[in-house]
Amino acid sequence: MNTWLRLAVVPLMLVACSAANAAINVFACVPEWASLASELGGDKVSVYQASNALQDPHRIEARPSLVARMRSADLAICTGAELEIGWLPVLLQTAGNSKVQPGKPGFIAAADLVEKLEVPTRLDRADGDIHPAGNPHIQLDPRNVAKVAQAVTERLEQLDSGNASYYEARGKDFQSRWQQAMARWEKDAAGLRGAKVVCHHKSATYLLHWLGMVEVMNVEPKPGIPPSAGHLAELVGRLKTEPADLITRSMYNDPKATQWLAERTGIPLVALPYTVGGTPEAKDLFSLFDDSIARLKKAKK
Amino acid sequence: MFRKNILAAAVATAFVVPASAFAADDAEIGKIREEIKDLKDGYENRIRSLEDRLREAESTGPGATAAPDASASTPAYTNKPITTQNAFNPAISLILDGKYQNLERDPGTYQIGGFIPGGEEIGPGGRSFNLGESELTVSANIDPYFSGVFIAAVTPENEVEIEEGYFQNSGFIPGTTVKFGRFLSGFGYLNEIHAHAWDFVDAPLVYQAFFGGQLKEEGLQARWIAPTPVFVEIGAEVGRGANFPGTDRNKNGSNAGEVFFHIGDDIGASHSYRVGASYRKTSAAGREYEDAESSGAVPTVLNSFDGDSNMWGVDFIWKWAPNGDPTSRNFKFQAEYMHRDEDGSLTYDVNGTSTPGSGTDTYKSKQSGWYVQGAYQFIPRWRVGVRYEELDRGTVDIGLVTSGTLTAANFPLLAENNPKRTTAMVDFSPSEFSRFRLQFARDEARFNEADNQVFLQYIMSLGAHGAHKF
Repeated sequence: MNTWLRLAVVPLMLVACSAANAAINVFACVPEWASLASELGGDKVSVYQASNALQDPHRIEARPSLVARMRSADLAICTGAELEIGWLPVLLQTAGNSKVQPGKPGFIAAADLVEKLEVPTRLDRADGDIHPAGNPHIQLDPRNVAKVAQAVTERLEQLDSGNASYYEARGKDFQSRWQQAMARWEKDAAGLRGAKVVCHHKSATYLLHWLGMVEVMNVEPKPGIPPSAGHLAELVGRLKTEPADLITRSMYNDPKATQWLAERTGIPLVALPYTVGGTPEAKDLFSLFDDSIARLKKAKK
Repeated sequence: MFRKNILAAAVATAFVVPASAFAADDAEIGKIREEIKDLKDGYENRIRSLEDRLREAESTGPGATAAPDASASTPAYTNKPITTQNAFNPAISLILDGKYQNLERDPGTYQIGGFIPGGEEIGPGGRSFNLGESELTVSANIDPYFSGVFIAAVTPENEVEIEEGYFQNSGFIPGTTVKFGRFLSGFGYLNEIHAHAWDFVDAPLVYQAFFGGQLKEEGLQARWIAPTPVFVEIGAEVGRGANFPGTDRNKNGSNAGEVFFHIGDDIGASHSYRVGASYRKTSAAGREYEDAESSGAVPTVLNSFDGDSNMWGVDFIWKWAPNGDPTSRNFKFQAEYMHRDEDGSLTYDVNGTSTPGSGTDTYKSKQSGWYVQGAYQFIPRWRVGVRYEELDRGTVDIGLVTSGTLTAANFPLLAENNPKRTTAMVDFSPSEFSRFRLQFARDEARFNEADNQVFLQYIMSLGAHGAHKF
């Protein structure tokens, strides 16, 4: 009987604790939105980050721990555009939380707020793991981050109206620091303009687009399809006739293919953090861009 | 319009060039200027005409350009209702499954010795090439309150079976999901997973012996997830209980009740687990099965069980992926144990065709089974897996035998046996949507006979991107 009593009491205590902690529970699908929510919500939010920078965001599993966290979320911030298609629908369907369903104030799909690149004109699985809404890796264009930040601030004000002025002030502060940082980054990265880049996956497209760099080819033959030896050999041949300046991969990508290609072609290889936590330097959204640009510049010179 | 401009430019140039040949020498430079100006004018005209056409194309829709007169008199939204209806089409996906099977023993003689059979999916299936079940899934949100799922399996015998057909509400009561209709029961772990997502070609023996494959329920299921950082889930089902080990009872109310409980969490970034326990209570009336007739007077006799069938089980899943990223390497460990008590009466030879004739007395059995399996993805796309399983016939008390009316030889299928099976597989997935699998099994479910089985399987997934359960 005692054991049963304890079993019943422990969850209740946990409920009480989690409720007392913070006003708003944020479930962030990927690290960049977790970081953004912390920037904008300060100590009024408790942020749960569902995945880390070294995990391929397409391939997270709908683990029990994620279902449990989604269950108690007041606001879910995900990328959308089918980035999380393999796991987010299971969380939303099984967690029994009507607050965070798409269309409700408690759900933000960041990619819906920005203009997406590479919207396919042809929808066919023969083209690999393509996303009908366009390339979902939108966080590497800081102009997109500013738009998402605006939406997150508005939602926080809506969901926790008692603290609206707090969120508004933090939002304004973030936006002004972000605009300054953007001006600095653009100046800093001016030398990268026009550089030709070979990317592992189409995960740096927005960064390159923003900085005026050119994504000339991908190591993956088609999105989500790992490169074969034959495809890599073909890339070596193509890079001889049309050389590129850099080869990049995101930290979560398997390093082998890009390393092999860099060794064969002598083109400098740069591993980008991709999101917050991807490198020790990329501690938050600001240092994510600091570090990404620094790494590109260092490899390019 | 475009052609006309090119023509104009060409004519202009043609006139200018010969004219310049007769011009004075000192006017050479002016002449060249003239030519360039003419060329420039020509190109400007062409660009202007292109811009005009572009503007025209942008301002009018594709429908309007096809029939400009009609569009002026009819409203612009004429075609819209049709497209809007289609836009609400549910998500559709189709699984194609097929096998090549090489079976040492005749699959027609397959039996799990020591266990009363029931259900449809016992045994490895036929020899040679086999089309598996093609699974069609249609799902969508119904309205702000409900979502619906329909899964039909088209069998290789060209019959359609409804695997699942339910609607559910998630979150009306916080943390609670309620399902109505036909669904895969929440008993154990593997039961809720569709066959195309299994790590092996076939269901574990314990599922075949106790559920005849997979347990489907028609009724109501409710699950509640506790608002805790650790995953704690409690679920219950009530239903018709018409599927093995229950039968249709032709009575009001429910004939099956079930409760299950799950706890799960992560341990660090690389490990996650779920443990579960389930209990199910159902009953059967006139649940018939065929057995060999020991005297050989007739080939088979039909026996029948009436009574209660209660089950409990525990399950454990543990997944590992380096830093939680399963892309290149991952490992999944899975184990389940199930125990079933049946208590009631057994009728020998319902039709009275055998020499001893028909008879009824008590029947009591306590039987169990378990399996343990692991699947390891060692490089992207490639996995290997092994599974070992055993069934324990346990105790089977047949009243007709203890009373001396009949002998144990009259129930050959319920004789002492210790079924076991060892399975190994390797599979290759070119993408998330296709998989090929090679599987070897040494199946010792029959009495004193091992069957070496080879399977070559494909699983192809068309259409909507499925999201898989843990």
